Amino acid sequence: MTLPKFELHRPESLDEALDILASSPGAVPIAGGTALIVDMRGRRLSPPVLVDIGLIDRLSGVRIEGGEVVIGAATTIAEIKESDLIAQHSPLLSEACGLFASPSVRNRATIGGNIAYASPAADTAPPLLALDASVELASASGRRTVPIDRFFLGVRRTERRDDELITAIRFPIPAEGTEGRFRKLGLRRADAISVVSAAVSIGPPADGGRRVRIALGAVAPTPIRARRAEEALSAGPIDEGAILAAAEAAASEASPVSDLRGSDWYRREAIRALVRRLLRPVVEGRSDG
Amino acid sequence: MDERTIRLKINGREREVSLPPNVTLLRVLRDLGYVDVKNGCEKGDCGACAVLLDGKLVNSCLVLAWQADGREILTASGLGSIEHPHPIQEAFADTGAVQCGYCTPGMIMATKALLDVNPDPSEEEIREAISGNLCRCTGYAQIVEAVAEAARRIAGGGDSG
Ligand SMILES: Cc1cc2nc3c(=O)[nH]c(=O)nc-3n(C[C@H](O)[C@H](O)[C@H](O)COP(=O)(O)OP(=O)(O)OC[C@H]3O[C@@H](n4cnc5c(N)ncnc54)[C@H](O)[C@@H]3O)c2cc1C
Ligand code: FES
Ligand code: FES
Repeated sequence: MTLPKFELHRPESLDEALDILASSPGAVPIAGGTALIVDMRGRRLSPPVLVDIGLIDRLSGVRIEGGEVVIGAATTIAEIKESDLIAQHSPLLSEACGLFASPSVRNRATIGGNIAYASPAADTAPPLLALDASVELASASGRRTVPIDRFFLGVRRTERRDDELITAIRFPIPAEGTEGRFRKLGLRRADAISVVSAAVSIGPPADGGRRVRIALGAVAPTPIRARRAEEALSAGPIDEGAILAAAEAAASEASPVSDLRGSDWYRREAIRALVRRLLRPVVEGRSDG
Repeated sequence: MDERTIRLKINGREREVSLPPNVTLLRVLRDLGYVDVKNGCEKGDCGACAVLLDGKLVNSCLVLAWQADGREILTASGLGSIEHPHPIQEAFADTGAVQCGYCTPGMIMATKALLDVNPDPSEEEIREAISGNLCRCTGYAQIVEAVAEAARRIAGGGDSG
């Protein structure tokens, strides 16, 4: 089956890409194409103009910049999975990229595409929410940075305007002693879309309480932070009682749907189980539990 | 929709083709006669169309041909032939990992991508490496065995590349 017709631009500079997006109505970026080409083949989308961002050097790679980890939007999931910098500072993101799709999809799919596509099940979203990431946007008329917990507006809807490109995802280097983990449940072990996913990031004990982030995927129209679950853990010891309270709070904060991958009841049960399983080893591994 | 001439190095051979932008790498490879690259789902689910693009495993149904301009592509038929099979191809034949054969070229390229970076994989690593390749016939046990056997044969020498 053929793809619908379109014009394809392959700019080598960011400015050129932004100019095309600004001046061509209906123009859409293409990165790895693993979501877009599937939608075009299914005739759910037929954009008249595609702007391939794959030749723009400065959009790929992982670097440290002023206390932040910066991931270029066109960095592939495979590159993030293999990155030593990511493994060192944000192992939960390495884990999520290791469980993402299959090796062949990971070699093309990008983190910018994953966030821009805004599936409720996007696997990099819960770790990025737990890391307090922000999304760097650029257009011909300027630049802005949006915290990721305000970026997702609904299923496949985001803060991004049509003339904007995501140029990078950035997050502060977590404090020494921060523990982070990610898990997902799919219909099978590998190459499965998440039925439920969860990420936690727990900072070291500090005056005024510890930093706790719990984020969930595929349980609401957008990936979400479970803020009441976070509060249940931010002060006092993290013991079995606190873990159960957090798991319960997380389940009540979700608004899951029933679909072919699981019922809303199943998804709530799965959140409870995932959050417990993620938190227990974090606590066992340290002294303040 | 304007055509453009692109250059592809396929299995070591330079090819030039003119085509519009809405043609996938899968389509151009098959049109050029590389019919070992199979057309299965055309949405990234089955891996029958898998090839190496600059050494990396990709689903050619999800790559636009223009995006492969100037790059190197390796397909299963570039790995070896009936007369001179690659150890991976021999291992698949000898372990009974081929039934209808539709998944085989993609499985072989997934195996090549794995063994290039991990010459001695565990069973778990093998299963992960072929997780994007569906087989409707074998139940995977013989395929996992074929990959392990290929690793042993390559380690034992006789790798043609
Ligand atoms: C077989 C298969 C399995 C999959 N499994 C998973 C999985 O396990 N987990 C998961 O989360 N996803 C999965 N996906 C979905 C998809 O692979 C991911 O969402 C991927 O990260 C999309 O990235 P891409 O670079 O391929 O995006 P593209 O397909 O190129 O683009 C997707 C969307 O994002 C926009 N876009 C891309 N880059 C930018 C940018 N820099 N700025 C602005 N907009 C941009 C495009 O315009 C388009 O609307 C799977 C897909 C397939 C085909
Ligand atoms: S035909 Fe490309 S993955 Fe199925
Ligand atoms: S041998 Fe028939 S699909 Fe694998």
